[in-house]
Amino acid sequence: MADEKKPGLFEKGGKLYWLHSSIDAFDTFLRVPGTVTAKGAHVRDGIDLKRVMIMVVIALVPAALFGMYNVGLQTSTLYGLNWSFWHMFFYGLLRMLPLFVVSYAVGLGIEFASAQIREEEVNEGYLVTGFLIPLIVPVDVPLWMLAVAVALSVVFVKEVFGGTGMNIWNPALVARAILFFSYPSSMSGSSVWVSKTWAGIPEVDAISAATPLAIAHDGAFDAATGAVGPYSFMDMFWGFIPGSTGETCVIAILLGGFLLVWTGVASWKIMVSSIAGGLLVGWLGQLAGATALPCYYQIVMGGFLFGSVFMATDPVTAAQTETGKWIYGFLIGALAVVVRLWNPGYMEGMMLAILLMNTFAPLIDHCVVSAHVSRRAKKALNA
Amino acid sequence: MSNNLDLKKGLNIPMQGVAAPEVIKTVVPDIVAVKPTDFTGFSPRLLVKEGDAVLAGSPLMADKQRPEILVTSPVSGTVAQIVRGEKRKLLAVLVQADGKQACADFGAKAPATADETRELLLRSGLWGALIQRPYGIMADPQVTPKAIFISSFSTAPLAADTEFTLGKSFADIQAGVSALSKIAPVHLSIRKEISASTPFHKVEDALIHEVSGPHPAGNVGVQISHIAPIRKGETVWTVSPVLVAAIGHVVNTGKLDLTRKVAITGPGANRTGYVVCLPGTPVKEMTATFGDAVRIIGGDALTGETLGENGYLGFFQDQLTLLREGYEREWLGWAKPFRPQVHSSSWCYFSWLTPGKKYDMDTNLHGGPRAFVETKCFEDVTPMDIFPIYLIKACLAGDIEKMEKFGIYEVLPEDLALCDYVDPSKNEIQAMIQKGIDLMIKEMA
Repeated sequence: MADEKKPGLFEKGGKLYWLHSSIDAFDTFLRVPGTVTAKGAHVRDGIDLKRVMIMVVIALVPAALFGMYNVGLQTSTLYGLNWSFWHMFFYGLLRMLPLFVVSYAVGLGIEFASAQIREEEVNEGYLVTGFLIPLIVPVDVPLWMLAVAVALSVVFVKEVFGGTGMNIWNPALVARAILFFSYPSSMSGSSVWVSKTWAGIPEVDAISAATPLAIAHDGAFDAATGAVGPYSFMDMFWGFIPGSTGETCVIAILLGGFLLVWTGVASWKIMVSSIAGGLLVGWLGQLAGATALPCYYQIVMGGFLFGSVFMATDPVTAAQTETGKWIYGFLIGALAVVVRLWNPGYMEGMMLAILLMNTFAPLIDHCVVSAHVSRRAKKALNA
Repeated sequence: MSNNLDLKKGLNIPMQGVAAPEVIKTVVPDIVAVKPTDFTGFSPRLLVKEGDAVLAGSPLMADKQRPEILVTSPVSGTVAQIVRGEKRKLLAVLVQADGKQACADFGAKAPATADETRELLLRSGLWGALIQRPYGIMADPQVTPKAIFISSFSTAPLAADTEFTLGKSFADIQAGVSALSKIAPVHLSIRKEISASTPFHKVEDALIHEVSGPHPAGNVGVQISHIAPIRKGETVWTVSPVLVAAIGHVVNTGKLDLTRKVAITGPGANRTGYVVCLPGTPVKEMTATFGDAVRIIGGDALTGETLGENGYLGFFQDQLTLLREGYEREWLGWAKPFRPQVHSSSWCYFSWLTPGKKYDMDTNLHGGPRAFVETKCFEDVTPMDIFPIYLIKACLAGDIEKMEKFGIYEVLPEDLALCDYVDPSKNEIQAMIQKGIDLMIKEMA
């Protein structure tokens, strides 16, 4: 019997084969696979999706770190607690840590299970999604709600389509949309943006702290000082305002955006055209009297910039043709500000603008490619 | 007259092991293999049996459907063995060389008409040198192409330097080009950087194009798509410069001589340089071999065919690439900030800091297969007026109409070989394109 070859524990036929995708994921996480090329080009570039995805995570780190600080800062300021810098930072870190843990545990759990069912390798896409989700929700969102939203989003937006690379909508944004429409009282209004939990503040003493976007929506813009309610333009630029944790600091987002553009992971065309679209519609809105805000306020308020840099540029759900990227980005920026300005009840348009354009990205590409095909046909006739 | 074609997109693969410009040795092989599998679209009917005596230029097999197309022996000797594979598929005819290299005489006379050229190529066994586009198959003798393209240089990784290998064969190249120009206008592309010094510049009876740019600028398919794009129903033929010289040699001397300088290249080769030999020469006689540790590739590292140490040089090949098999597993490879040993064209790594560095590449895939995520990288290495990702997806879907629209007539897998290289999702782009082409051949026949 000694010469009878038994399958290994995790190989097909082995007892723990049902775990092989997970084992493989950890194994290839630690060591580059020893697979050699079988057909096609005999040599390959060192790049792989793990590296691409980790670049996005690194790009998100400045926004996340600032977000942690800002969580503490907002609580400290609003309730007059006079915390030190490190106190604020660690408060924010401890508040955000559970969000990361839940987001990764639920999302990666489903990802591993689906990979196992499909008998494929585990995809790296969720490394980014799982990091994005805590950055685009209010920090006090109940963890069970987050878990439900992540699970629904990963299963129905990603896995049913076939996993990373096959999805139509950005799963992180859909998770946010699910939260937004299912649990509006925890996701919007003026009392959710500043963390109270763990700060020793009883629920009854909660002070409302609206985001600048909401304040501006209610018309409290002081044209003389340029301030929106209690927040000056520079407050909004540096990010010392209430909001979703990762979205407030322009500098932190631009740092990440610079890394994404530098490494070529995200398209600068989408970022630039989205901001251009937002500025244009913001300016038209000002001319038409829909708002008193100068157009560049639209960029620094709310999730506009974070969405343009990190969410709209997801290569899977964005337009894939270079011309299409200009159109896609521009429409996202324009639509987001249209929603902000001409909508009575709902002040943030970025999430829905991106999801809508995710839906239309294939159509944009179809038009670009069709135009290219007919131009080629014409050229061939004249050749 | 010359035209300019300046290409920007593409990528030169910085691999170690370029062939030193010296002849290491001249191999007079004992056994030469003639492989019908070298010729795509050729279904062989055997004309000889074991023990038959043959001359250099004697027919060994003919095409079943078009019996005028012959494949001939490159050496004189006796047929030693007929090698067959599964379902008795003919894999090779092994000819035992007698060392005399006695040649069949095809008459040293420059063809005056298209028919004379065709007839000479068919009789001498050099018809197989003509590759038809679309599809990259053996040319059809009944068809007149709209043009014949020759790229005098290659930009593929470590490719043989044609200045060195063919620089002294000018008379043969001129005769070959003149003969081919009887059939259709000949377009000859030369490298712009050396356009003043290269002998190819002086070739007559051809339209000269000066081409510059990174790989795949030297690919004849890329040049065609800019100079004379192939419309539905049109055909273009292409010939490699080595075989143009062989055609010219038949014209000039009446004798078939496929002798060529083959570049021995790659980081796995213990000595690089050129070996003078015939197609069908055993790999073992050309270079030192290392068993399973080193992969021996006929052709370049992007598009070549794995020959193995018991293989034989192919009809079209003028290069061997030796690459170590990359079985070693690197700890935390993807997560390291710096990986100085691994080249990446992506700016996610730091290869851009050392633009002149040549890398000791191996065959490791550097990742696992995934769905398409990043697709702009394909466009960045494809200097053609097509959307690679849409063409690839049409091929995967087997959608003939879309393949036509997206440019299947203009590409061969070799033109998109760099997509294989740069894809972070490690898709087999060349195999996908080949699948599309195979479907086109089947459906359009």
